Amino acid sequence: MTATATPPSPEDLDLGGDSRARGADRGFRGLVTFAGLTVLIVLGLILVTTTLRALPAIQEEGVVGFVTGTRWAPNDDVFGTFVMLYGTLVTSLIGMIIAVPVSIGIALFVTEVARRGARKYIVTIIDLLATVPSVVFGLVGVLVVVPAITSSYQWFADLVAPVPGLQSIFGAANTGRNYFTAGLVLAVMIIPIITSISREVFATVPETDKQAAYALGATRWEMIKGAMLPHSFGGLVGASMLGLGRAMGETIAVTLVIGGSFHISANLFAPGNTMAAAIAQQWGESSGLHTDALVGIGVILFVITVLINFLARWVVRRAEIKMKGAHS
Amino acid sequence: MSSLTTTNDQASPPDLSGRNLSGRRAFADRAATVGIGLCVLVAAFPLALVVWQVIERGGSAMSLAFLTEDIPRNYRNAGPGMGPAILGTLTTTGMAALIAIPIGVLGAVYLNEYGKTSPLAKFIRTMADVMTGVPSIVMGLFIYVVWVLVVGEKNGFGGALSLACLMLPIVIRSAEEMLRLVPDELRQASAALGARKWRTTLTVVLPTASSGITSGSLLAIARAAGETAPIIVTVGLTFAANPDLFAGGNTTLAAQIYRNATQPFEASQERAWGAALALIGIVFLFTILSRVISARFAIDRR
Repeated sequence: MTATATPPSPEDLDLGGDSRARGADRGFRGLVTFAGLTVLIVLGLILVTTTLRALPAIQEEGVVGFVTGTRWAPNDDVFGTFVMLYGTLVTSLIGMIIAVPVSIGIALFVTEVARRGARKYIVTIIDLLATVPSVVFGLVGVLVVVPAITSSYQWFADLVAPVPGLQSIFGAANTGRNYFTAGLVLAVMIIPIITSISREVFATVPETDKQAAYALGATRWEMIKGAMLPHSFGGLVGASMLGLGRAMGETIAVTLVIGGSFHISANLFAPGNTMAAAIAQQWGESSGLHTDALVGIGVILFVITVLINFLARWVVRRAEIKMKGAHS
Repeated sequence: MSSLTTTNDQASPPDLSGRNLSGRRAFADRAATVGIGLCVLVAAFPLALVVWQVIERGGSAMSLAFLTEDIPRNYRNAGPGMGPAILGTLTTTGMAALIAIPIGVLGAVYLNEYGKTSPLAKFIRTMADVMTGVPSIVMGLFIYVVWVLVVGEKNGFGGALSLACLMLPIVIRSAEEMLRLVPDELRQASAALGARKWRTTLTVVLPTASSGITSGSLLAIARAAGETAPIIVTVGLTFAANPDLFAGGNTTLAAQIYRNATQPFEASQERAWGAALALIGIVFLFTILSRVISARFAIDRR
């Protein structure tokens, strides 16, 4: 049935509101738009203000020297942050190697294996893991895990000592506060986020694909391998990248268990430092140019994590669009 | 295709029970199921370890005096005192909530009621997601530069501002999810009664979504209450209770855990455990409250 006349759009329709009411509408619109814009304003301000503050320290070394310099000696006004960049990469990588398979496993367990009743409890466990404050993980890490685990590190180092390549990676463990412990703590902390995104990704696998695999006689594992994982690969990459971003920025837990050394070592059982940990650790005793340099580390950290997060969101979104497109 | 013909020759239907699965395939399936199950245990173990250790070690430090008395000035001194830190946690987090929740909810109103799929709204949505990934210590450095250096001292309000920056994107995204659940019929009914959009939003849409928004905001508060890095950068230190956020140093439970855990003295480590128990108590309380509210008063999803 076609209407005799198209109804006027709400904007044209004068329902008798006076100009004051219209003004209120416009005012409210302006207010909420500004509230939405605060996100962009804050992000912009972070970049501009911290960069300006860090400029004197960065100029001391030049941008390249600041990032690639391997000597960090605040007393001599030498600020090379590569040691911390290296530590951040190594610890995040250890965390990822442990957390990604475990998180995908949990997500598979929740979506495919667990019964409906058990599902709720597992999700609660993961949610609780996400709510434990990072400093509490650090506290347990430094006072419980570190004393208990040091001898296991040494045992493992002795075990692989005859193997040429491994002996430099798993060398002497003089302390439990080292790259590897930091990586372990990071793994626990990024499991919740990778798990929850992976679950969302697995939920987009069409039920028909799964049923088709079963109809072909696939076992559950073959169904997962053949139907779910290829379908979700892009989304899982995005989920892992979000975890990576979280791991690189994690501060306090890492500060407590990494040992705070400024030497680069291939030995994962040696103490080191990360960008975030160095800021937290040295903040209290810093002043002047030293403080500016710490702010500078923050700028690098900000840029890296924003880029990773942006890319990760893009990957996840693109994977989602691809799936929906294929499905409908 | 010989197997096909043999099954056809026998009159009975093919066996689909999986009993004649080859040993290798059956083993792979069984092993994968066990492996996937182990992943859950791997995640549950650290949670159990943390909860057990914090309750056991923190429990022995916990007492009424611990919750109310001042913090000893010397790390070596045994005895209670986390009162100032508990007060500081509540005041800084509360102030952060007062700043972040109104802005966040209004921002969500923009995204869901006004901006919708416009390029600006899409961009803000993406950047809010990106902002949730900005490390908390960077927020602390930012507030240090724009607040602490400007007013010339570290105080509680700086901590509140940095926590607000952390909460803002979480509140925006969770509130937007909730606004999206509000049925469009309600908006149309309100508009048909002659209410302008701002009135519809304030008196119909927001009240309908209020339980979900409250629940999301409580979750953001729980997250902020446990933050340490921005606090140690912006808040300074106090050993006595300081209810004034705008003057003098302050402290929070999370900051105290960090300070005391790094000391080699038994007494300070015990205080760290006690503070951890108090902090986890506060964080879990807000989390449970959030769940109860969202379960009790949820909008019917259709």
